[in-house]
Amino acid sequence: MTQLFLEQALNGLQFGLMLFLLAAGLTLVFGIMDCINLAHGSLYMVGAYLVAAAAQAADSFWIGLGAGVAGAAVLGLLLELSLFRQLYKRDHLSQVLATFALILIANEAVRIIWGAQPVMLNPPEALSGPVEIGNFFYPAYRLVIIGFGLAVAGLLYLLVAKSRVGMWVRAGASNREMTEALGINVQALFTAVFVFGTALCALAGGLLGPLLAVQVGMGESVLILAFVVIIIGGIGSIRGALVGSLIVGSVDTLGRALLPTLLRALLPADAASTLGPALASILIYLLMAGILFFKPQGLFPARA
Amino acid sequence: MAFYRPAPYQKPVAIAVLLAMLALPSVLTAFGQEFYIGFATRVLIFALAASSLNLVLGFGGMFSLGHAAFFGVGAYAAATCLNSGIGDALLAFPLAMLAAGLFALVVGAISLRTRGVYFIMITLAFAQMAYYLFISARVWGGDDGLSLASRMTLGGFSLSSDSALYFVALACLALSIVFLGRLADARFGRVIQAIRENETRMEALGYPVFRYRLICFALGGALAGLAGALLANLTGLASPNLLQWTQSGTLLVMVIIGGVGYLYGGVVGALVLLCLEEVLAGFTLHWHIALGLLLLGIVLFAPKGVAALFGKRHG
Repeated sequence: MTQLFLEQALNGLQFGLMLFLLAAGLTLVFGIMDCINLAHGSLYMVGAYLVAAAAQAADSFWIGLGAGVAGAAVLGLLLELSLFRQLYKRDHLSQVLATFALILIANEAVRIIWGAQPVMLNPPEALSGPVEIGNFFYPAYRLVIIGFGLAVAGLLYLLVAKSRVGMWVRAGASNREMTEALGINVQALFTAVFVFGTALCALAGGLLGPLLAVQVGMGESVLILAFVVIIIGGIGSIRGALVGSLIVGSVDTLGRALLPTLLRALLPADAASTLGPALASILIYLLMAGILFFKPQGLFPARA
Repeated sequence: MAFYRPAPYQKPVAIAVLLAMLALPSVLTAFGQEFYIGFATRVLIFALAASSLNLVLGFGGMFSLGHAAFFGVGAYAAATCLNSGIGDALLAFPLAMLAAGLFALVVGAISLRTRGVYFIMITLAFAQMAYYLFISARVWGGDDGLSLASRMTLGGFSLSSDSALYFVALACLALSIVFLGRLADARFGRVIQAIRENETRMEALGYPVFRYRLICFALGGALAGLAGALLANLTGLASPNLLQWTQSGTLLVMVIIGGVGYLYGGVVGALVLLCLEEVLAGFTLHWHIALGLLLLGIVLFAPKGVAALFGKRHG
């Protein structure tokens, strides 16, 4: 039981950190630019495909990861310059319509280029086995993902909390006009944040690629989870995104793993087997509803 | 945005269109194109669903991205009714509306505490929750959905022929449009639109803003439930795909294309989008790309929707 619990707790941590990579970019785009980007999940999908393609061409996972993330960043830059720049000042309806259109285009383009079948992405050879920690085995690759996630989270914290650019970003999230009035080039800042967010979600897509299938539509389910994360955390807050990601990641993972067992102890077997999976799959939404009921602005609201 | 007021030509045009719609099945049958009766019914059903979203979004000013949940709950409620022996639409449709409306009441009661982007995303998340609930619950057939053994009856008449269902869908849509038009012009509709324009002022005037919004949200949910019940009869299946968030997005696209806050916005949008899909799918397998590019074009070059391209906003 402790084995299972420890393993699932690590899985939850790993999932939460990957969610954080997605949610960090999303919460900044929402918070600073007040722009709804439904296509964030599509960028994650395209990033995973680019990493898979580059890894196959270079025959190395790490080169593929670097090239794929760089490619996605370039794509993000082009998108920002051509489309998103025009969307910032438009109402939410236009933003939702335009990014919904982007999802349609991205899904179909990926289907044309790579086909409808999932693409395989193998973890690096050296990391494919498990590692022994004490008397307990855990996949090495998952540990590397956790390390990556922690490193990026730390870097992002330093960047946002300690650097000048991070200060601009925080200022932009709490009051855009005032930041502009103080002479910050907000347009360039927006572009940088958008490209950075794209790179982060391509990184998440590439790292998760070997664990999940790289396939059309992979972005949409994870997009909703990233939404839940930033609602819980508070829009525009990096700290909120981190806390929200870890909460959602571990509650979802542990809920799926432990809830059926728990219910079986409390309820008759028949009711437990019906209720368990249903309850586990909606657990994070119930959690979100509960948090919003008491804190409608999320746990760490960026705007007071 | 101003208060909704119908254009003077609107009523005669609507009556003429209604008469044409009444004659449509016999015309299609005369030309041997019965297949299109089913398609026309689909258009009517989605027109109803999009109109219900337009009540919430266009008149109520509530940007819900989870409307498909109520659509899907209506379909599941209808299927459950039929499979448990309530086969008459006169009882099953109101029950489906009640189920969807009650669900919308609960979702609204929590979501309406939030504003702006939060509201958009929390409605989306609730819809997703309903989606996962239906997928993982075995009583409702899980991934496969719940299939209907047969179509319902209406006061003893069978709806098994396509044209019978077409007329029922047409009646539901026409009655709903009349209802929505009257509602928009009534005290309730005025208050709701005034809240959309200036919430703080209405609050200061002593209107219970939250309660008005919630009722509007639940009404929209109930109407979407009616559309869902009709669709379950048409396709013979209540599928979890109906609750998927892309379905909410599609309904939203319909309303935006047709014109947000126009009485016929949902109807026009559903007609345009479904016909576009049908035509584009005939040309190419990858019609999603064409549709996406078209939507992008609409956002960039016709920001107020197709309705605004053809004339000024009346009101």
